[in-house]
Amino acid sequence: MFKTIANLQIGEKAFIEKLCLDNIPLKLLEMGCLPGIEVQLIQRAPMHDPLYIKVNGSHLAIRKETAEKISIVK
Amino acid sequence: MGDDKVVKVALIGNPNTGKTSLFNQLTGLKQKVGNYPGITVEKKQGICKLNDTLKAEITDLPGTYSINPTSLDETLVLDTLLNSTSESFPDVVVVVVEIENIKRNLLLFTQLKDLNIPTILVINMIDQMNRKGINIDVNQLEESLHTKIVLASARKKIGIQELKTAILSYKKLDTTPVSNITDRIDKEYFTNLKNAFPEFPLYKSWLLITQNTEFDFLDANQKALVLKFREDIGCIKKYQHKETILRYQIINEVLKDSFIVDKSKASDLRGVLDRVLTHKIFGYVIFALILLFIFQGIFDWATYPMDLIDESFASLSSWLETVLPPGTFTSLIAEGIIPGIGGVVIFIPQIAILFTFIAILEETGYMSRVVFLMDKIMRKFGMSGKSVIPLISGTACAIPAIMASRNIGNWKERLITILVIPFTTCSARLPVYAILIALIIPNQKVLGILNLQGLTMMALYLLGFTAAIFSAVLLNNVLKIEKKTLFVIEMPNYKIPSIKNIFYEVVEKTKAFIFGAGKIILAISIILWFLASNGPSTFKNAEQFITSKEENKNLSESALQKKVAAYKLENSYIGYMGKTIEPAIKPMGYDWKIGIAVISSFAAREVFVGALATIYNVDSDSENSGSIKKRMAAEINPDTGKKRFDFPTGVSLLLFYAFAMQCIGTLAIVKRETNSWKWPILQLVGMGILAYITATLAFNIFS
Repeated sequence: MFKTIANLQIGEKAFIEKLCLDNIPLKLLEMGCLPGIEVQLIQRAPMHDPLYIKVNGSHLAIRKETAEKISIVK
Repeated sequence: MGDDKVVKVALIGNPNTGKTSLFNQLTGLKQKVGNYPGITVEKKQGICKLNDTLKAEITDLPGTYSINPTSLDETLVLDTLLNSTSESFPDVVVVVVEIENIKRNLLLFTQLKDLNIPTILVINMIDQMNRKGINIDVNQLEESLHTKIVLASARKKIGIQELKTAILSYKKLDTTPVSNITDRIDKEYFTNLKNAFPEFPLYKSWLLITQNTEFDFLDANQKALVLKFREDIGCIKKYQHKETILRYQIINEVLKDSFIVDKSKASDLRGVLDRVLTHKIFGYVIFALILLFIFQGIFDWATYPMDLIDESFASLSSWLETVLPPGTFTSLIAEGIIPGIGGVVIFIPQIAILFTFIAILEETGYMSRVVFLMDKIMRKFGMSGKSVIPLISGTACAIPAIMASRNIGNWKERLITILVIPFTTCSARLPVYAILIALIIPNQKVLGILNLQGLTMMALYLLGFTAAIFSAVLLNNVLKIEKKTLFVIEMPNYKIPSIKNIFYEVVEKTKAFIFGAGKIILAISIILWFLASNGPSTFKNAEQFITSKEENKNLSESALQKKVAAYKLENSYIGYMGKTIEPAIKPMGYDWKIGIAVISSFAAREVFVGALATIYNVDSDSENSGSIKKRMAAEINPDTGKKRFDFPTGVSLLLFYAFAMQCIGTLAIVKRETNSWKWPILQLVGMGILAYITATLAFNIFS
């Protein structure tokens, strides 16, 4: 099973492996979520959704369903 | 284009870059909000004096992260920049970026540069530079980005003059793109595209084919070509992906040498605040306390200016009636127009206070944390974390609240939010609730401290919210709209709010209310005045009829006048309307007099009180002294011999006002925002049925 941003622990960092525009909004890419870029999970909202991440210098909140579609490598 | 013309400047940038601060600094109070033709987004424009002879017309375009739009507001940026033949096409574009997020902010800049429009880059918040350990080589950056750079701090008024100077010489600006990106994506594909639209800049053609909208400025031939290119959607997505990656590569290369950050200087205030404000317990506690504070402001502090406005307009009316010659014209002014305007102005204190709070919360960056905290909960009801702000705004007035829902990117979530907002207890319901509660609920303490009347008021608020939530759940299950997640929000850094920005924001929102809703409220007030002061033959003979009656012979002049007024109202057009609907409203326990008040409430719900005051012929300016309450309490239902406003009727009315969609202003705004009559009609009918059923049930259960 491949790991995604949703699997990260709070404070943990990883690199984005790939994401596909078929199920990810272009906006997310444009805000800095790109393959090969380091991503850090800053916080989870109560009930574990949405996720607060830091990527490419940007601080973003994305929903879990989106995070689950972005695979990561350590 | 001659130099004597006004320079058209478009201000563009990501949200949270201080773009609005810059706009406020450039234009001051010389701002106006208009509408873009055909669409609902407001156009914020202002005039800025560049030097003694030349002026600039500055348009503050909505904040966007990219030229590829994901919401209604953002579409506007694209439309403005693609339609080069339009009158609103800018002579020069000013792109605002913020020093801390410059990398992401520059993405939009590189896109704009590819359109070959003269562009100035403003790097904002440079006062933070030293604190954040940032060093910029401006000359090198100017050279590699092919642009003029202005370092600014809009809040500290730094760089404003330099920006004006740069705008003055906009004709000398370099319009070459930052890098020839299309060649790096797929040379062959883009050569084909170039040949298909030789008249446009290549990047413009690319934008034309990647968007899902129809562009009116294209001719039939061009439209057909666009559609042909759009067929290969897989290819377009692949290249959009590649384009974004390449843009970040280019930006990284550019920034590598000319933008240096010493990370050791970064502070972690954000981290500390985030941990507290989004904590699973403290986060909600803090949010609840802030809400409580806001409600305190709306309900307590706002009452002073509201009472003042109420009294001023009432005395203005009676004063005009004494100084102007009696007649239709005086009546129109004193009983139609002045109370109508008063009915609009009365809401301003609450709206201004509410939007002051909301502006503060947004300026500080806290609002994004609320969205983050509430998203999962709101999604259970088919809405989004972004629905929280509109729902709170709804407690002042549904109209600005519905407009505040525009930034919800997901159409289904936005639609549900718009549809349920009118259930929240808006300020127009308050006077109605207040008088009915005073009539049917005893003013006594329970458990020693809690006032029973206050508790009832609170229960009605909760009832409104509960109705909103339940109908949202219902709509979420019924509406078959594809749910595409577009939820990406930026969590901006915390900032101290700027008083100037808050002031302009509140002025803008209040103006939007006055000119949006106000017009309708005023128009309906005048129509109602006409219906109440005109009628068939019995109306015209009222004076004669009343004075000729034996029982009235010994009455004083003023008592007689009141009787005439009451008789006139009964026989006016609105009186007939009230009588016509009487059979329909009887199951809820209302008579034709209440019917008139209910019909009148379509201007704004609080008209209920004033209408009853006229019907029961008490002086409307003595409303506050409680005489209307006394008069209502004394009214007897001839069918039962009991009080007209007894407990069953009172509860029935409270429920009716809680649920019924009685506001034409709101219906008009829903039509405008959803671009269809279907949704306002659904609200009118759905909420009407709910109100009718619950009011009828309550009346029969308690009777």
